[in-house]
Amino acid sequence: MAALDRPVMKPRPVYLNLFAIRMPLPAVVSILHRASGALLFVVGIPLVLCVVQRALASPEAWADMRGAFTAPWAKLVAIALAWAFLHHLLAGLRHLLLDVHVGVDLPAARQSAAFTMVLAIVLTVAVAVRLW
Amino acid sequence: MPDRIVVGAHYGWRDWLVQRITAIVMTLYTLLILGLLLWYGGLEFASWKAAFGNEAFRGATFVFMVALFWHSWVGVRNILMDYVKPIALRLVLQVLVIAALVGYTGWTIQVLWGAR
Repeated sequence: MAALDRPVMKPRPVYLNLFAIRMPLPAVVSILHRASGALLFVVGIPLVLCVVQRALASPEAWADMRGAFTAPWAKLVAIALAWAFLHHLLAGLRHLLLDVHVGVDLPAARQSAAFTMVLAIVLTVAVAVRLW
Repeated sequence: MPDRIVVGAHYGWRDWLVQRITAIVMTLYTLLILGLLLWYGGLEFASWKAAFGNEAFRGATFVFMVALFWHSWVGVRNILMDYVKPIALRLVLQVLVIAALVGYTGWTIQVLWGAR
């Protein structure tokens, strides 16, 4: 039958080799959106639950938590997570705009990608300055 | 009947929509937190404790966390589908992610409404 010449279903899921692809800026924003999401899931969620739980226990535990974030490595973790959160949030909002066909032309998409990257970094620097 | 892949992509419109609705919910909560931080002019134990003593704030936080967990599930599942090729391994990882998210939900309830 002619209708069955075409496969009913393409083989899914499709795998892409990220290392064989040269990525333009919107693709970099996209892969960082994914990487930041993964970081927020693996480190962010359990850490936030832990910190909130401890910090609600008592004024002493609250002070301990604040104290814990004076260590340089803890600040670095906090700053990394702040970047992940900000980049993920901004890239996500950009995605929502693209979904409703705002800024889908290539020049606009490139601009908004650059804007997303830069704003996430600027806000992260602001967080870092506040923290240090 | 086309062959179905047990842990492969299904008809993704529902996940697509969930991803976006939960994203909007989380954005609104983020704005709420930002507003509270500006309102209180920083973060002290008293205001922190007071915020979590408010039932509406606890409710909003719970809605945010559930949105976060659902959003995470869609995203992490997409990642696993893209990069983890062996079906058995992918299934195991997906089950672990679900277990973690269910556990986190319980943990969240404990944090919000537990020892007070």
